[in-house]
Formats: sequence, structure tokens, C-alpha cells
Amino acid sequence: MLARRIIPCLDVKDGRVVKGTHFVNLKDAGDPVEIASLYSKEGADEIVFLDITATIENRDIILKIVEKTAEQVFIPLTVGGGIKGIKDITLLLQNGADKVSINTAAVKNPKLIKESAERFGSQCIVVAIDAKKNVVNKNCTWEVYINAGKTPTSIDVIKWAKTVEEMGAGEILLTSIDADGTNQGYDIELTKIVSETVNIPVIASGGAGTPEHIYEVLTIGKADAALTASILHYGKYTIKDIKQYLKNKNIPVRI
Amino acid sequence: MIVVINYGMGNLRSVVKTLEKAGADVLITSDSNEIEKARGIVLPGVGEFSKTMENLKKLNILETLSNSILKGIPYLGICLGLQLLFTESEEGNGSQGLNIIKGKVKRFVNNMKIPHMGWNQIKIRNKKCKILEEIPDNSYFYFAHSYYAIPEDKHVIVATTDYGIEFVSIIQKGNILGTQFHPEKSSELGLKIIKNFCQLVYR
Repeated sequence: MLARRIIPCLDVKDGRVVKGTHFVNLKDAGDPVEIASLYSKEGADEIVFLDITATIENRDIILKIVEKTAEQVFIPLTVGGGIKGIKDITLLLQNGADKVSINTAAVKNPKLIKESAERFGSQCIVVAIDAKKNVVNKNCTWEVYINAGKTPTSIDVIKWAKTVEEMGAGEILLTSIDADGTNQGYDIELTKIVSETVNIPVIASGGAGTPEHIYEVLTIGKADAALTASILHYGKYTIKDIKQYLKNKNIPVRI
Repeated sequence: MIVVINYGMGNLRSVVKTLEKAGADVLITSDSNEIEKARGIVLPGVGEFSKTMENLKKLNILETLSNSILKGIPYLGICLGLQLLFTESEEGNGSQGLNIIKGKVKRFVNNMKIPHMGWNQIKIRNKKCKILEEIPDNSYFYFAHSYYAIPEDKHVIVATTDYGIEFVSIIQKGNILGTQFHPEKSSELGLKIIKNFCQLVYR
């Protein structure tokens, strides 16, 4: 049976992990390669690097990190953040990324999804959607935001999810801006509606504070995978704890 | 020397590293002379069936590859590298494959999500296959695909996996091995599969 996936996400800035450096047993707690390796040993099903490097000059640093990680960590590696076009995708894949996650560039130029999926295969094209609840406009319950959640687009999340599937995306990484950082649980309603709308896997993101939250988003929310950040980074729970909890509740997980 | 065939797509780094970790000398190549000299061949697969066949033709390595496999050189096809061994695929409207193993490659049509993406279990059907040494039944491996192969000769089936239907996840025909999953992305047990393949090459 296909297991539900637990995917730690690491925010990387200028080559250093900027969140989740509270590990005691690491030589260098800011080193993305070492943290990725630790998560892999703990049973992470994949790793996501989100490159939040602000300057263009420092963008090459992520390639080196991807290269080093791919040489030591033998689970799938997804890289997102700042991807503008085919050239960026090619470089990341050549350096050892298995998938890329595109967000703003896909909204600005949806053809990029099609072009990259045809070129590299749908399985390595993840489209990240940042969603925020819209209480004003009834025709757009959740609105797509771009530029790291700063800019509203007036695009409806559900319509956009259908479009990215048609364009050839292999997965959707769905983040609730409202829930992100709250540790109060995922946006279950949003995740469920998107997961029921498309026939590609949906990775839920934003809001995990307890293993129960993850259980909820995988069952009621119908997510295929759960992205986790602070719940792991600050050592409150390990991946093993989360997976054991899910297993006890009869969710198929790889232990 | 084990050659990893480079046809200009995706991530080759992981498969090379796992082979090196298993103690193999590895060369990434698209040169038919190198393929001819190889003791083992690995074709890692990402990309689209017909485009990959085209690429292999353009690089002038299709015939050499086919000949080496038929000559008995140990071959490991990963994901698309397994599918290319078959007669034809639905991907790209009935493209022709290497036709070394008779059968078709079909798209999943059940009500499951496509691609079949993530960690799934294998059910071992042929315990004697050397590639499965020290691999327990029901082990998890990493899959990322929308198409699966249906061999005519059921004797080539080494393991199957359940995704709405039971599909073939490992095949063997003599020196020819194929995994529908990615051993190079399947952590410790994936490394073990790669090691087992290397042992077949260097025995």
C-alpha cells in the first residue's frame, strides 16, 4: 500500500538553514546537508529545501548544497524558491535535485509548467500554491498569493489547482498562509477541496503543531503527504514519533 | 566498469553515488565505445518514453545498448529504464521500445492519483532473484511514475506492487534486471539493491 509521506521543509538562506537550528547532536546546526541527512536517518520520506536567498549573487550557493546533499542523502530532494525558468530547473536537476517546486514563475507564466513537464517529466514538477482565505469575494474562497505570500493575484485557488494539473504538474504543494506558523493545525477545508478537485498528489503545508494535526490533514483533509517544519525543527516531536502515532491510527506509513 | 547511460535528462548524480558507495567504478557516458567495454550497464530513467528512445537514437547508442544487453552484460533499468526494455508504450501514442522483453507499457487508469508517487511496498514473487538478497518481503521503495509494464511472459516477474491494481515492480530475465521504483532514492534498502546488482556485475 502506498504510504502517506512526511516531508520536512528546510528554509535555506545564503547556504544556511535559518529555522530549526535547535538540534543538540549536530556538529553544525546551520548546515542544510547535515540536517537533511539527520532527517533522512530519522525516517523522512523526502526533503524539501526552500531557498529564500535574497540576492541573485548568492543563488549559486543552493546548487552546491543540492549537489552535496544528493551525494549523501538517498531520498527524494525537492528544491523551491526563486525558480524563474527552464534554465534554473535544468541546473537544479543536473546538480542532484529530483524535483523542483515552482510558485510565482508558474503564476506569471503558466506555460512554464507545460514546458518543464514535457521536458523533464511531470514527476519532477511540483507547483507550490500559497492560498489565503478571502472573506470578501464569494467567487474566490481562497486566493492565490505570490512573491512569498506578499502579493494577492485575485486567482481562485481551486481553479488554479485544476489549471496546473492540466498543464502537467506532477504534484501540488499547498500552503495555507492563514495557518502557516500558527502551530494550530492545517487548513483542513482548503486541503480537502483541492485534493478532491485534482487527480495528482497534494502535499499539505502550514500549521502543523502536533501529530494529531498531521493525522487530520491526511484523513479529513485527504492529503497525500504532509509538509512539516517547526514541529520538527524545535525538537518537540521527531519524525519517528509522528510516524508511530500515525501507524497506531492505521495510517500507512513507512517505518 | 559500470556505465551509467546519459541521455541528457534529469538527475544522474544519485545513481552514480549509490553505485560508487557499493564499490563500483562508474562512468557516465553516451559513447557507444564505452558502452561496448562495460561490465555492467545502468539506465536510470526519468523523462518521456518516445523522447528518450529518440534521444538514444540521436546519440547512436540504441543498437550498442541493445547488443550489449542481448550479449549478457548485466543491465539494470530503473523506472523508464525498465519500461524501455518492452515492445511498446502508450506514452507518446504507441512508441516502440527495445523489444527485449515482450509486452506493453500502459498508463494507470484506475481511480487512484497519477503519478503513483511516494513509498510503496513490494510483494516478492521470486525469492531466488539475486537482486533481492537480504530484502524482506513488503519492503518500501520510492516510486514516481504514471505508466507500468505488463510482460507477456509472467516468469520475468520478480516482485509486484499494489496501486489499485497489482503491477510489476521488479523484473528479471537472465542478465536483465529492472526496477519500476528508484533504488537510488530508496534509502538503505535501495542501496542494498544497488549493492546486489554490483555483486552480479563483479562476481
